[in-house]
Amino acid sequence: MQPQIHISKVGKVFSTSGREVVALDDINLEVMPGEFICLLGPSGCGKSTLLNAIAGFSLPTAGSVIVDGRPVQAPGPDRGMVFQEYALFPWMTVEKNIAFGLEIKKQPKARIKEKVSALLEMLNLQDFRDRYPKDLSGGMRQRVAIARVLALDSPILLMDEPFGALDSLTRRNLQDELLRIWTEFRKTIIFVTHSIEESIYLADRIVVMTYRPGTIKKIVSVSMPRQRDPSSVEFNNLKKELALLVMEEQTRHNQNEIKVPAAD
Amino acid sequence: MKNIPARLYASLQGLLLPFVLLAIWQYLSAHAIVNPQILPAPTAVIAKWWEYLLPTEAFDPSRSGYLAWLFSGEMIHDAYASMYRVVVGFLVGTALALPLGLLMGANDRIYKLFNPLIQILRPIPPIAFIPLSILWFGLGNPPAIFLIVIGAFFPVLMNTIAGVRHVDGIYIRAARSLGASQTTMFLRVMLPAATPYILTGARIGIGTAFIVVIVAEMIAVNNGLGYRILEAREFFWSDKIIAGMFTIGLLGLAIDSGMNRLNNYLLKWHRGIESN
Ligand SMILES: Nc1ncnc2c1ncn2[C@@H]1O[C@H](COP(=O)(O)OP(=O)(O)OP(=O)(O)O)[C@@H](O)[C@H]1O
Ligand SMILES: [Mg+2]
Repeated sequence: MQPQIHISKVGKVFSTSGREVVALDDINLEVMPGEFICLLGPSGCGKSTLLNAIAGFSLPTAGSVIVDGRPVQAPGPDRGMVFQEYALFPWMTVEKNIAFGLEIKKQPKARIKEKVSALLEMLNLQDFRDRYPKDLSGGMRQRVAIARVLALDSPILLMDEPFGALDSLTRRNLQDELLRIWTEFRKTIIFVTHSIEESIYLADRIVVMTYRPGTIKKIVSVSMPRQRDPSSVEFNNLKKELALLVMEEQTRHNQNEIKVPAAD
Repeated sequence: MKNIPARLYASLQGLLLPFVLLAIWQYLSAHAIVNPQILPAPTAVIAKWWEYLLPTEAFDPSRSGYLAWLFSGEMIHDAYASMYRVVVGFLVGTALALPLGLLMGANDRIYKLFNPLIQILRPIPPIAFIPLSILWFGLGNPPAIFLIVIGAFFPVLMNTIAGVRHVDGIYIRAARSLGASQTTMFLRVMLPAATPYILTGARIGIGTAFIVVIVAEMIAVNNGLGYRILEAREFFWSDKIIAGMFTIGLLGLAIDSGMNRLNNYLLKWHRGIESN
């Protein structure tokens, strides 16, 4: 099988007011179709930057990202994006939010309706069809955001800390739901998180990143069968291993955060 | 929901001050402490207002229908004339400002092209255009509506620009990743996202239009509420002046509550507004 996403020698330098920040350096990663990848690392290590490069929002300054044989140049509906802030359109009802991508594709009305109904049911949102996002809880909003990208049938889902703002119970719920969807539709998922537990619970492979410059520190494969038990010995051993890796980077992050104000 | 006695109490409390002031006013006039030519009694004002509202001639079925007769009073005509100008001027002003504001907010080149001109014209109060508007359009509706268009145009324009510029980037990114074209982005993302600002602009715009219509009628037109209260001054009809002012206030209130309803309707999705 061919990898679906080729990331080779990707680098990204931000230059703001004369200063240069190397956000990404020499990132190499190949993602197989249907794989569930987690990007793990402390705040500021470049997880979002890498995800945005794949999404096409902000292109890398070095190297290349190739998706399905084509270099990424702009965002597109083949790579569905789920944001931490949900990014639902507050002026559209739940139904309209989910239908929006299909309306852009100019699909026939009856087909849109059918598809939206199926998604509402799948994500347990039937009762909220005509509600506006302001009336929904965080968990509900993120369900709608997931339904919105699922409507597009994109083979790839890019998720930037989608459950970061949710309480732990809702979070576990949505993780299970995401795994169910992933199993059913065999999407390729790249999922950004800074929770070690979340990454072990979800991923086939965990990409641990370093802080400034953002590089790949280690790629850890998780072979435990799903549904994974966070209280199992294997889970906890892996958690310890990853905690050590992340802690080293967290320490560098902390030192840097202390240095920065002094430099200004 | 509050309980009934508490609400009743609250509204009674709100009426207290107006009643006290009315009582003092009535007392001053009734005891001729102030000259009724200067300040007529509230009762006299109310009587005049009623007279101003009612038809001037007796009902004559052979000449007009009952409804037409009922609305044939001078005040109704004046109020209609003023409202007509406000509405037409406001709609024209908004129809010009909205697309221009959307374009200027979304496109930097268009912004740079128009902005200097707008910055020069905007500080000129619409009322300062009166002489020119009379010179250009003569007397009557055209100059008045022209002034109202100017009065409504700038607030709507400035707020639309600000609204488009403040659209949260996350919506644009979400729409782009869903594959939205430029037109879709414009009509279904930027425009609705900017609506709270646009409505604020519309509210200021119609308020300005209402001020401008009264002034314009005092100078360039010979009917409407503004004209009527100025005319009343020439005859020293202070009761009619105050009755006319009262009507102007009521119309302003009606416009404001109309805008409020529109606001609640268009922004029912907005977090700050509770639909009830
Ligand atoms: N637009 C930008 N301009 C300048 N620097 C930026 C920009 N975006 C990100 N950076 C810098 O690049 C680095 C990586 O940022 P990024 O947002 O990718 O981190 P992250 O891993 O997603 O962090 P978090 O967990 O806080 O979301 C950070 O040091 C950040 O300060
Ligand atoms: Mg991030």
